[in-house]
Amino acid sequence: MIRSEILREIAPILRDQLVVCNIGLPSQELHMIDDQPTNFYMLGTMGLSSSIGLGLALAQPKTVIAIDGDGSVLTNLGTLPTIANNVADNYILLIIDNGSYGSTGDQPTYAGKKTRLEAVAAACGCENVVTCQAEETGKVVQAAIDSKKMTIIVSKCESGNIKLPVITKDPVVIRDRFMTAVAS
Amino acid sequence: MRKTGAFKAVSISKKIVDDFVANDVSFITTVPCKQLAGVIDEVEAREEIFHIPANKEDEGMGLCAGAFMGGKRPAIIMQNTAIGVTINTLATLTQFYRMPLPMLISYRGELREPVACQVEMAVHTKALLNQLNIPTYHFHKESDADELDAILKYTFMCNKPVAILTDASFWGGYGDQ
Repeated sequence: MIRSEILREIAPILRDQLVVCNIGLPSQELHMIDDQPTNFYMLGTMGLSSSIGLGLALAQPKTVIAIDGDGSVLTNLGTLPTIANNVADNYILLIIDNGSYGSTGDQPTYAGKKTRLEAVAAACGCENVVTCQAEETGKVVQAAIDSKKMTIIVSKCESGNIKLPVITKDPVVIRDRFMTAVAS
Repeated sequence: MRKTGAFKAVSISKKIVDDFVANDVSFITTVPCKQLAGVIDEVEAREEIFHIPANKEDEGMGLCAGAFMGGKRPAIIMQNTAIGVTINTLATLTQFYRMPLPMLISYRGELREPVACQVEMAVHTKALLNQLNIPTYHFHKESDADELDAILKYTFMCNKPVAILTDASFWGGYGDQ
């Protein structure tokens, strides 16, 4: 199973939640599969999905799911101690770990080699870290929502991409639409 | 003299944080600098403010972007060396999505600076902010802080990142150094 297949499978679960989606193909895939006003698409700034999601979760009470990749978490590894030490029980970080930089040509990441992000997250102090296989992602995400406990999910999947268009929506439109959904 | 300097720093820190609170800034991320220690202590002490230290300034700007979209007014407190770290984030997140972000910045490497390396980023600081079209204010004397209230109102009016550079003279020097 590749990332776009995971997103397609969990889209019905994501639809009712606030979602911050990682730069590049993940945002393009989610946008194509199930565009919702409750989705915030990152058009740039690799690495900050988890941070934007945490800030959002700390600022308001609705559940926030930040979708990140192994490469992006490695880019902003300092995010994990910040998450661990600022617990927001309405926050779920879903790391889709395909062991590669998918948007740039599937170059391998260190998470695809010796580094295990679930162990890094636990060592940083994150208390609920769940590792799952791609096929279990929907079930694990739903359980995390229901638990009302901050949860870090590392979903292991195969690398691979589908062909799809870039997002042409204006960033201010994406942001304004999202803020209206957050406040509603 | 040193006592006077310390009292001055405490009262300036209190005034700065009073202005943040008066402008409904309730989410502040910080990356420490010796010059900013007093203001960071004051942020931490205030019940009205959620203080979240960041490990790196671009991470902090991500936190602020999320908090803003969640309905809070954010701010970041950091050193000017962070401009080198955050150019991409300022351009592709804060500016691209048009979000407000007051940046209270210690302007290291200016007059009375004891550490030579700080000068190397100081000489680029205003040029980089200018290149990014970031409105920039420079606090050199204590009375310059009288404008902070207006600067914060301006920031949340125009939805832009705005830089407030605060140099060593503003903070009362470096004590014995």
